[in-house]
Amino acid sequence: MGRRTPLHDLHVAQGARIVDFGGWDMPVNYGSQIEEHHAVRRAAGVFDVSHMGVVDVRGPRARDFLQRLLANDVARLTRPGKALYSCMLREDAGILDDLIVYFLDPQWYRVVVNAGTRAADLAWMRTQAAPFAVELTERAELAMLAVQGPAARAHLAALLAPPDAQAALALPAFCGAALGGWFVARTGYTGEDGFEVMLPAGEAAALWNALRARGVAPCGLGARDTLRLEAGMDLYGSDMDASTHPLESNLAWTVAFEPAGRDFIGRAALEAVRAAGSARLLTGLLLGERAVMRSHQRVVSTAGEGVVTSGTFSPTLARSIALARLPAAAATPGATVQVDVRGKLWPARVVNPPFVRHGQAQVDLE
Amino acid sequence: MSNVPADLKYARSHEWVRSRGDGLVEVGISDHAQHALGDLVFVEVPTVGRTLQQGEACAVVESVKAASDVYAPVGGTVVAVNEALAQAPELVNQDPYGKGWLMRLKVDGAGAGELLDAAAYTALADAG
Repeated sequence: MGRRTPLHDLHVAQGARIVDFGGWDMPVNYGSQIEEHHAVRRAAGVFDVSHMGVVDVRGPRARDFLQRLLANDVARLTRPGKALYSCMLREDAGILDDLIVYFLDPQWYRVVVNAGTRAADLAWMRTQAAPFAVELTERAELAMLAVQGPAARAHLAALLAPPDAQAALALPAFCGAALGGWFVARTGYTGEDGFEVMLPAGEAAALWNALRARGVAPCGLGARDTLRLEAGMDLYGSDMDASTHPLESNLAWTVAFEPAGRDFIGRAALEAVRAAGSARLLTGLLLGERAVMRSHQRVVSTAGEGVVTSGTFSPTLARSIALARLPAAAATPGATVQVDVRGKLWPARVVNPPFVRHGQAQVDLE
Repeated sequence: MSNVPADLKYARSHEWVRSRGDGLVEVGISDHAQHALGDLVFVEVPTVGRTLQQGEACAVVESVKAASDVYAPVGGTVVAVNEALAQAPELVNQDPYGKGWLMRLKVDGAGAGELLDAAAYTALADAG
């Protein structure tokens, strides 16, 4: 038996199919993964993401600590509630995790990390925190629900007290706020608008059921994976890990090299890669044929071989999409490469992710 | 739990066999199997006329999650395939023992005795 979220029994009672995900017993779907996927693209769905780790960083030097710890620069966060996506690197620039950090006040940041890495992340953070005398607190008593889709914000707002509803609907993208004992943020992992809500574990079932009563579809990790892949978002452990760096993981945009004096962990190694040019790049692939690309499949190009890091059938585009790490010379949008799908080579087109955003295809299908 | 009709026979690899009484059998995948695979997106069936050995990989069912081989539960010659699955692979999820059939075989007699009845298959599926 794996670890369980506060909603585990509710998922089982509501017909979820449970699978192991990084040591957690999590719902993979409630019947049809494709229907859940479409519900999020077209209306609204709710995911239990309580397996993710929430860590509060407090202290007068919280900002200094995070500027050292993270490849992106928390100094970019000036408005309370604003969020930043970043990688946390080793000295050799290998990616320990990708995370979201919220600026709550000058002495208080909140970091949300992946489920599979949360214990190792916390240990790493504690080691690095020593010189900064910050206090790190894992908020295991919180549950987290992600309500996603074009109608998601309205559904959640309808369940909040009027002033909180107004404040929630006024949140700009990638911003959060404490509302009536909950933390509500306009963030997500689907390529759609929506909220992520952190709340006391004991209140999560009531919120889940209230959203369902409004017609919000319960969604599992299966749909979460196809949605994030359509949105061109990396999955830690598949598209990047400690053996890869951000510049070969389509995450160069998350590395703040400016200001030049900020000495974040992994900086020297990344500067060397940047100067030489990354030998490999992570890019999108689109397959026109009736085959589905899967992770670990071989990609053949005139510039050498690469590998599919995540592949699936895209329910929105009705064809196979993938992220793949290719020799830099092969990673040219519009170029054709060959993917070895179960022993047969199929032509795939290199495209810039995302594949889908806000319900609309972002790639030319023909 | 999953639906296991009593009038069918089953292979350990989760195919079902319906005897049509005239040396012909119909073959599909079980409700347990379609449920485990999740939503199907492609189904690849063998060409009509192909001769199959019992246990031979002869079709592919591909879901959002993964591709899986389908094995011939009995030896025989393919006499018909379910053409509707090319456009509507979800029929296998919706009606695995009916509209979601995969192929019909003219049986050569080998191996039919190794199939499981519904009770034995239920025990196997519940254990797995």
